[in-house]
Amino acid sequence: MGQHNRAVGRYGEQVAARYLIDAGLEIVDTNWRCEFGEVDIVARDGDCLVVCEVKTRTSEAFGSPIEAVHGAKAARLRRLAGAWVAAHPALARGAANLRIDVIGVLRPRQGRSQITHLTGIGA
Amino acid sequence: MTLGVTRGVALDGIDGAVVAIEVDVSSGLPAFAIGGLPDAACRQSADRVKAASANLGVSLSQCRVVVNLSPAWLPKTGSALDLGIAVATLVTRDQIAPRLVEDVVHIGELGLDGTVRPVRGVLPLVLAAVRAGYPDVVVPAANAAEAALVRGAKVVAAESLARLLARYQDLAKGDPADDPRIAPAREPAPASMRDLGDIAGQAEARAALEVAAAGGHHLFLVGPPGAGKTMLAECLPSILPPLDDEQALQVTAIHSILGALEDGALVRRPPFVAPHHDASLVALVGGGGSQIRPGLVSKAHRGVLMLDEAPEFKRGVLQSLRQPLEAGEVVVARARGSVRYPARFQLVLAANPCPCGLSFGKARNCRCRSQQKRDYLSRLSGPLLDRIDLRVVVDSVGVTDLALPRGDDSATVAQRVRQARGAQEERWVAYPWKLNSEVPGPRLREAPWRLASSAVADLDRELDLGVLTLRGYDRVLRLAWTLTDLRGGAGAPTRDDIGAALTMRGQDVAA
Repeated sequence: MGQHNRAVGRYGEQVAARYLIDAGLEIVDTNWRCEFGEVDIVARDGDCLVVCEVKTRTSEAFGSPIEAVHGAKAARLRRLAGAWVAAHPALARGAANLRIDVIGVLRPRQGRSQITHLTGIGA
Repeated sequence: MTLGVTRGVALDGIDGAVVAIEVDVSSGLPAFAIGGLPDAACRQSADRVKAASANLGVSLSQCRVVVNLSPAWLPKTGSALDLGIAVATLVTRDQIAPRLVEDVVHIGELGLDGTVRPVRGVLPLVLAAVRAGYPDVVVPAANAAEAALVRGAKVVAAESLARLLARYQDLAKGDPADDPRIAPAREPAPASMRDLGDIAGQAEARAALEVAAAGGHHLFLVGPPGAGKTMLAECLPSILPPLDDEQALQVTAIHSILGALEDGALVRRPPFVAPHHDASLVALVGGGGSQIRPGLVSKAHRGVLMLDEAPEFKRGVLQSLRQPLEAGEVVVARARGSVRYPARFQLVLAANPCPCGLSFGKARNCRCRSQQKRDYLSRLSGPLLDRIDLRVVVDSVGVTDLALPRGDDSATVAQRVRQARGAQEERWVAYPWKLNSEVPGPRLREAPWRLASSAVADLDRELDLGVLTLRGYDRVLRLAWTLTDLRGGAGAPTRDDIGAALTMRGQDVAA
């Protein structure tokens, strides 16, 4: 991945984290890696644990950010969510539900970033 | 709206089943899922619909689209549901008013640019829609004339998704749609067929052909190569009566499914189908992989199926003809289900007398061993030959034949055939069969169709001597009735008719 893309990705994750905090969620973990890949954000929404994938794009020329999350990636997110819970029994305790969200961040050259938040895509 | 509903038709055998196309659009990961047993072509409809509506300015790339084709247990094949899926999707995007399309059947394949492309089987699909109580149908413009053949159908021709959308939007505004009236495809001028008058000599074979046409008898021609067996058989459709409305519709439907229809016009002439002798069983009776298709026996429905070089066909292929010959239909059974196709055809078998074909006359040039000769025609023996009433030896044409006056042309013979068929229809009006060839043997041997003992004296003697089997006996009776009908005889066959029938039936050609 190029320097630029990595920077854009980091930026998007920060925007998404701020967005989640503003929405009243509590960030539990960020950028957790394991053999299946990386979890961008883990947050807590009441008694629900939210595993969150952030996708950032600078234009819609190649489709919107959330379009980049297709079937295989959704399946990987489910696996990742399970792996995170298994690795953090203490943090996961007390959470009744586990939810997988996708946050799309579109950061155009000019103007504000647009955020698309899809909740519960795992179902 | 998050839900859009319209109708389509799925092909089931040669009938169609009306399908409710339900489309639900919700937020979620972008996806386009089609449920209800779509095959590969139908599943790819998702990509075509997405592209076509994007090119219309309606993007689906951010939506989660779920399509259900109900009844969901019925397998859907092909691309004819594209248009319906697109229309129902446009309903969910608030482009089309739901009530306008709820009970309209949409048929057509979509191009990526939104053009509506023609599909196979439009006639049976529209027929099924109208029968199921959905007279409003939208079909590809290229298929409109074919769809208009169906009585009671209100056909709208669609050239592109954009035009169709504009039409629905006009309708929603209250403007009446000015749909052009679609005329059913006109029947093309009868293509020049082989004429019986062009055949030199062969008086005996020509007479046999006439009898076969009149009574619907299956025919077996044996003779050396070049004697004109194929030419004779090709003349058969020209002397058969044209198909009536119901038959024409059914035959056209089959040809439509096979994509063998020209200009979507009604098939009025009995079809003539002559497969090559390496035809496979599936090609002949129908079948195939995921999509079951009618075979050549169904293509020949209400027409002529000619097997030239019949002994060269694979044994299994020949055996597979028994069911359609018996029942007038074939049942193609597969794991996914079985399909019934009509297959009531007149069979014409042609064969050389031996593998090299030269065993005629004194057989001076024939190099086949006697064993080979016997084996050759006996490949056809048994149940298949049992159903063939007429066995004719076609000799090669000699110089003297060329000097003879020309025989009757097809039109003249067709006239006699028509009159003979009329007589049969009148006689069998109270029975489920129409032609002499379809009458079960026992019926001909009991009152009121039992012949006077003076008439059947010769026949009884042959049976007595063991020259004739009882099945052969019945066959002669059927032929005799047809001969009587052909000469315009009012009563039952006479001793002369029986005599003529005995000759026509011929010796068992297959040893």
